[in-house]
Formats: sequence, structure tokens, C-alpha cells
Amino acid sequence: MAKKSSKKKSLVIDENACTPEWTELLRKMIFIRRYEEATEREFRRGKIGGYLHVYIGQEAVVTGIQSAANQDDLVFAGYRDHAHALLLGSDPGRVMAELFGKGTGVSGGKGGSMHLFDVENGLYGGYGIVGGHLTLAAGAAYALRYQETERLVVCYFGDGAMNIGSFHEAMNMAGLWGKQGMCPVVFVIENNGYAMGTSIERHSALTDLSARVEAYNIPSEKVDGQDLFAVRGAADRILRQVRETGRPYCIEAITYRFSGHGAADILQPYRTKDEVEAQRSRDPITILRNRLSEICGLTDEDVQEMEEWAEAEVKKAVEFAEESDPPDPEELYRDVVSEVAD
Amino acid sequence: MAEKSYRDAIHEALMEEMERDQNVIVMGEDIGVYEGTFRITAGMLKKFGPKRVIDTPIAEAGMVGTAVGMAMLGMRPVVEMMTMNFSIVAADQIVNHAAKVRYFSGGQVDVPVVIRGPHGAGVQLSAQHSQSFETFYGHFPGLFVVAPATPADAKGMLKTAIRGKDPVIFLESPALYGIKGEVPDDPDVLVPFGKSRVAREGSDVTVVAFGRMLHLSMKTAEILSSEHGIECEVIDLRSIRPLDIDPVIESVKKTHRAVVVQEQWKPYGFGAEIIASISDAAFDELDAPVVRVTGADVPMPYARNLELLAVPHEADIEKAVRQVLYK
Repeated sequence: MAKKSSKKKSLVIDENACTPEWTELLRKMIFIRRYEEATEREFRRGKIGGYLHVYIGQEAVVTGIQSAANQDDLVFAGYRDHAHALLLGSDPGRVMAELFGKGTGVSGGKGGSMHLFDVENGLYGGYGIVGGHLTLAAGAAYALRYQETERLVVCYFGDGAMNIGSFHEAMNMAGLWGKQGMCPVVFVIENNGYAMGTSIERHSALTDLSARVEAYNIPSEKVDGQDLFAVRGAADRILRQVRETGRPYCIEAITYRFSGHGAADILQPYRTKDEVEAQRSRDPITILRNRLSEICGLTDEDVQEMEEWAEAEVKKAVEFAEESDPPDPEELYRDVVSEVAD
Repeated sequence: MAEKSYRDAIHEALMEEMERDQNVIVMGEDIGVYEGTFRITAGMLKKFGPKRVIDTPIAEAGMVGTAVGMAMLGMRPVVEMMTMNFSIVAADQIVNHAAKVRYFSGGQVDVPVVIRGPHGAGVQLSAQHSQSFETFYGHFPGLFVVAPATPADAKGMLKTAIRGKDPVIFLESPALYGIKGEVPDDPDVLVPFGKSRVAREGSDVTVVAFGRMLHLSMKTAEILSSEHGIECEVIDLRSIRPLDIDPVIESVKKTHRAVVVQEQWKPYGFGAEIIASISDAAFDELDAPVVRVTGADVPMPYARNLELLAVPHEADIEKAVRQVLYK
């Protein structure tokens, strides 16, 4: 996957003009889709263990937001974190190797699907305690301001993460520190309507999630998470504002996950097939593709080329993972702490 | 060297480390304007300002979690728990995050966060404010857990904690803040983790303790020596994780008898770990089963008479020493 440019984004992208970046973002979304499909396949083949949560259907959210971020901004994510790593520039082979539990994985094979880390590329982790990482993101944002940098933190979490105490404590502290310009963090709610299998109506007393964030003095807005243009447009404006003010801001991206919660979520008793089918009519890749046909004259052949490129790249990633060795047994005791005291 | 209280030793360590390193900050409930429940942080807000002395809301998960995030970015936050009892509210942040991120990231981040505060019994603080945490935190890999008993160790070990790269649970005690002892003046005297110390030499019985129980053990040892001619060798563990068991084993090889003292509950407790470690390394050296002195297996009661019954006293240690000596 192509590395993103290291130059800082300063201009708001024009939604009506065809720029090469739009096509590049479509390519990335197609790549993520094919990649996630491959992880599901490899899970069924028994190559990937544990839990596996894929981003299929939600691609426009992280793609749009990260396309507006700078190379040196940081990301904290939940456990559905493959797309985040790929977009930050992590090597797709090393991400797949992590899922395969190989020593060449981005986290050395010690984290797995839920704990992808690639600090060099700004990924400060995928986390498996739902909502637990929000406090870390707020603290990291404080550190960035304390160190007098212009960097910011983007913190991703689902609607299901908004009922744990850590959510409320993080929001309150971020809101407080924001008053002093000390908390440049963009909270991104990947609102796919379900906390695992519990719908938002069943898990949240107040279903207007943005309003819940605003209760902590953090401005918030809803955006159509299936529309890359909408996500990118909001992200451009909001990230610039957060960078300037050091105050947190929340983006509630309304999205939908087409796959199950995890690879083992086969029956999906919490939703109907009709519901999923209806949502598929709003596939973010199709929406973007149609839009680019209009403004860029994108052809079926162009898309075919992207598909073939993505398939080939995914195949390479799977081969790399397959051929890599498991971690050295000595790794078992390494990195528990920095060093054993003398 | 100068004589200082345990409280002042901690205060001094914080002040010196904050002066030394801009990355060191302190945060906690009412540590700034209010100057701290136990006045450890008195004067710090005025000296270092609100960006480095952060009054947090009453939100333990929030304060520990944000500190972990800061630490991952190169800062060195010291979080004050008004009492360690409140740290359970932040247990997810401590156990699932602070203790794990280095490992599951494959060593990509350091987590130099110190979580310090008093644990154990005070005076009539009752059930939610009197618990001991060495066993709880000592169980989890990825954490350092230390419990200094003297002012010199408090200062030197806090400095080691702050200058390290890992999460440290730093266990103080309300009863220890007022005790005095000689403390080195040199701001670079560090006391390493994982080094037990022989606090008193003796040939008859090995007594193992840390924190407040060390002082009780020392007093008991003096009484037994002067009044009954029984010589206890008292080991101050100082560090719960990692545990330096070697000085205990060496001592047991000499005395062939041992007593372990802990302030609170016996089941699955710290004392059991020490006894198992002795059994692993020196089973054949023992002339008597090792005896545990522990608190009563109850939540801490409020009434003073009941509270006194719930924690160990010198007489309990003396009884245990006599038991292993069959005297």
C-alpha cells in the first residue's frame, strides 16, 4: 500500500474537483476490503487464531479521517484496528504476520488482531478493553501539548465503548484540559449501531451520541460515515481546528458493519438479513466509485485495475505471513518489563 | 545525612526529580491547591505550576489512564492515590493497560508511570480505606511493586521508580509518614528494586516483613533479645515484585526457622508466596514449619477495639517466634 505523503495537509480538499487523491483513497478502501476478506478466509483456514474483527463496511470512516491527518499525528484505536494500521503505512505483510502470530508481526506476534502497534508510523495501539484506551489517548494528547508540538491524537472507538466508566472519565478530563488548550484529541465514534450484538437502542439511554459527548464540553458533529467526501470534509476542518486550539472535538461517523462482530459471529441473531442487505445499498466503496465516475470519469477498467492490484498486494501479504516464522521461544519472557532489576 | 520523616523524604524525592527532569509531573486528587491529604505535595503547585501539578477530578481510571498515555509519549507522571484503596477503581487501567502495553506492543513503548499512595490500616478508617495491596498487585507481571519501610528507602526507591521505564506501584502507609530516619542528602542516591536487606542480624529465627510490619518485627526482635535472649534475623523485603528471596534463603540456612509477617488476610496472601519460595529453595534446612502472622480474615471494622483485633501486634509476632522455636 502506498505510503502517504509526509507533507502537512493545509488545504481543504475540493469536493467537486477531481484530484488524484480521491482515486488514491478509493484504491485504499478497495485494498482494505480485499485485505479484510482475506483475513476472514485465513481465519476459516485456521491460520489466524483468537478473535478477528474486520472493518468491512466502515472503510470510509478511517480512510477519510486519516487522509486529513499529518504523518506525525498519533492514532489510538479499539480492537477493530487492521484498517487503521494499513492506512498509517504499516507494512501489510507485517500486519498479516501479526494476525498469523508470527515473529515478523508488527507487535512481534505478541499482540494479535486486537493489539496492532506500529509506533514508528503513529499507531499507539489497538486495545481490547472496550473504551479503556480513551483515557490513554487523552493523556497522550496532553503530552503532545506539554512537549509543545503541533501534533494531535485521533482516538477511534465504537458506540459500544460509550457506556464504560473510562469513556466518561476520559471525556471529562479531555474537556477540562481542553479549556487550557492542552488536549488536542479528535474522538471518532465509529457508530455502527451495535455494541457487539446489542443495538444502540438497547445499550444507550440517550441514543444521540454526539449529545453525550457535548455534555463534557466537547463539541461534536455527526457525519455520514459511508460517504468518504463527507468524512474527509469534516475531518479537514475539525483536525485543523483541534490542532490550532488544543481543544478536543468529536466526530460521530454513522456507519455500518457488513460482516459479523467477529469471525465467530455467524448466526447474527441480533439483526436480520434484510437489514444487512438494505445497508449494503450504501456500501462506501460503491458510493465513492459512483461519485468518482461523475467527477473524474472513473471507468470500470480503472476499478478493475485497482481490484487486481489490491488482490496481488493482499496475496503478497498472506504469503509473507505464511512464510514467516513464529516468535522465538525466548520472546516469551522479553518485554514484560524493560529489564529485570539487578 | 540528615534526619527526616518518611513524608518529607517522599516530598523531597518528588521535588528533586521534578527539578531534575521536565518530563516528571505529579497528578492526583487535591494534590495542588489543597496540597494533598497527607501533605506530600505541599508547596508543589506554587513551585511548578498547574501544567506539572495537576489537580484531577475524582476519577481514578481517568487519572491513571491519562498518565499511561503521557508515559507512552515520554513523560514521567507520578499519580497520587489518596489511598491505594481507590486504585481499584483504576484496576483496568493499571492491570490491563499499564502492565500490558509494553508486552503486547512487542516492546515498542516504555510506560514510566508511578502510582503511589498509602495502603494498609490507618486509625479507624474502616473497611474501604484500610486494605493492603501487595498481594493484589504483586500478582501481575508487567508491574513493579515496592513498599519501602524507612525514609531513606522511600526517597531512594521513589527516585528509582520515577527514573525507570515501567509502571510502579509504590506502597506507602499512613502509619509510616511520621517516622524518622537518616536520609542521604545526595539527590542521586537511588535504592534499586529487587534488593532485600537484612534489617537486623540474628541467629535463632528469620522474620520476614516489609513496610509497617517491618517496624513491628524490629520492635519484637528487640524485646525478644533483651528479655529472653532470642535473636531474630529480620529481613526487610522492600520490593514485592520482583522479589529478592536470596537473603531470606541465606538467613534460613543459618537459623533453620522462619516467621512471615503481613498486615492482612491470610488466604492466598503474600506470606504464602514467601513460604512457598522458602520451601522451594531450603526445605531441608527447616527445623519447623514456617508460621504466618496475619491480620484477621475480615473487612476492617471501625470500632477501635475491633480494629486492634484485626491487625497483627508485637505479641502475635512473639508468639509465632516461640512457636517455631518450640518454646
